[in-house]
Amino acid sequence: MAAIRPRSSSFSRSTSAASNSVPGLKHGPNGTIFLSSGIPDLDKILGGGFTLGSLVMVMEDPEAPHHMLLLRNFMSQGLVHHQPLIYASPAKDPRGFLGTLPSVMASKDDKSRVHESEQEKGLRIAWQYKKYFGEQNSDSQRDGKSEYCCDFDLRKPLERHFFTGKHIDCITLRYSADLSTFHDRCSSFLSQTPRTNGNIVVGRIAIQSLCSPQCEFSDNEWDMLSFVRSLKSLVRLSNSVAIITFPPSLVSPAFSKRLQHLADTLVSVKAIPDEDKELAKLLTGYQDMVGLLSIHKVARINTQVPVILEATTFSMKLHKRRSLTLECLNQAPVDGSSGTSYGTSGSCSSSSKTGALDF
Amino acid sequence: MSLNLLDEALDGGGGGGGGGRVILIEDCVETSGAFVVHHLLKRSLSNPHSSDVVVFLSFANPFSHYERILRKMGCNLVIQRDNKRLLFFDMLMLKRDKGKKGEDLLLALYGEVQKAVEVLSREGIQHITVIIDDISLMEVDANGSSNLVLDFLHYCHTLTAQFGCSLITLNHEDVYSTVDRPALLLQSEYLADVVIKAEPLATGLAADVHGQLTVVNKGLRLDGSGNSSSRIHNFHFKIKETSVDYFYPGSQLK
Repeated sequence: MAAIRPRSSSFSRSTSAASNSVPGLKHGPNGTIFLSSGIPDLDKILGGGFTLGSLVMVMEDPEAPHHMLLLRNFMSQGLVHHQPLIYASPAKDPRGFLGTLPSVMASKDDKSRVHESEQEKGLRIAWQYKKYFGEQNSDSQRDGKSEYCCDFDLRKPLERHFFTGKHIDCITLRYSADLSTFHDRCSSFLSQTPRTNGNIVVGRIAIQSLCSPQCEFSDNEWDMLSFVRSLKSLVRLSNSVAIITFPPSLVSPAFSKRLQHLADTLVSVKAIPDEDKELAKLLTGYQDMVGLLSIHKVARINTQVPVILEATTFSMKLHKRRSLTLECLNQAPVDGSSGTSYGTSGSCSSSSKTGALDF
Repeated sequence: MSLNLLDEALDGGGGGGGGGRVILIEDCVETSGAFVVHHLLKRSLSNPHSSDVVVFLSFANPFSHYERILRKMGCNLVIQRDNKRLLFFDMLMLKRDKGKKGEDLLLALYGEVQKAVEVLSREGIQHITVIIDDISLMEVDANGSSNLVLDFLHYCHTLTAQFGCSLITLNHEDVYSTVDRPALLLQSEYLADVVIKAEPLATGLAADVHGQLTVVNKGLRLDGSGNSSSRIHNFHFKIKETSVDYFYPGSQLK
């Protein structure tokens, strides 16, 4: 009888016990480790979260601060897991932003949400079935995963005890003539989270509106590119994730494309106009949406296979005005089919009602 | 080794694996052309008995990234590096001095490449391939001066004439789409014998088709029919961990 030996092929997954015990980390494919983005739905879409050592770029909408929602959840999740954090922004007092970080949703609220979704299950409608796949999965995994990714309540500020005794660095980019001092701080920060086996210290870097015109260096695009490139190489060697938001409309298109190429994971957010009647007709749940989130690129570290998502654009909704959820876009049923009048209003007349946007 | 559509397009339907050629790969944000680099890297190193050498200038990824990908494709880069068949210049992780200018960095880099190629050709190595991944990041080192990068490419081009090296470069086409007259892209296209373009499908990404490749082979190969015009090949691809499937539109291989 052949003895069972540990396989030494290069394809076996190496699961070290040490990293399993670190809360907030999850093993991914190709020897990568995932870190939560702080938004349960986004983690699910990305296949687990942000990959350690990756650079995440968020393209801002100039008219709405939706990128702040992503940053807030990302930072809060890190603080809840006691991970060191650097936050840089062009604001005069970046530390003030910490006061707006959301707090973990209490378990009571959590239960009511689950309960509610169970009630709704009685009223399933065929064209909305995709909504429910996700809900069921998250319910069943909630117990095991609660440590990995929390639900955040956007209305309550994060409790004070999460800020005390932590390594939180807030930096304003407004008064510095170039990025070299900030770069040095990032590199000393990242040297504290080296890629070693054994105990893993995870760091998070959040940079808001890198190219905004308040910063003096914003007219030197090559300096910024060199900074991002350098940050990318530093992050890749460390156990950290850097998230940078930038306004693509304020920089030259070529520069924006270069930044997009540098990103490992590329996401864009868009506000939706309040009274867009045509869009409201096309999409269900339009009135609950606060914006759209598109995923352009998912990090592929140690692999050449691209991640093809089922959908790339998702609607951002605030569930009960508290927690940020992402949903696939659901096309609304055509007006005419909702009534009893299959016979009276034919398919021709109903399709003509949808107006200029014709599929 | 069975030839796939990409290899056929590169070889122009016959003729030896071609030394002294210049290949340019162009891609965009939606569809990365990195897999073509991996394929060509593996192809250059795949024959275990030959002494072909690859000089790899990596601006985009660390060695571990390529090592892991190529290992899955059946090519161990660590062994190749130890056997001196792969010279890897990690330009991403290189510590850059603040005072030093980009010009000096690129000059020093070219000096090293030239020295390596000279030594190798003196040792009687037949095929040397220089791979640059990617050009647009080289421009960042040159602080936006595309002339510096063009000079670098021209120098490398002389190596192909002098020592019979092959030169493989990757660049991002969409970066230059808004530039009026993108000298860097146009000139590198002009210098190239083969241009490989990776684009997404017009209908968006799909799980079965990851994009399309257009291979323009400008090589002047007089075959039996006397046909010497440039050949354009167009096909779809699907990237897998160990290999890439290439197929003509609508004829997905089972």
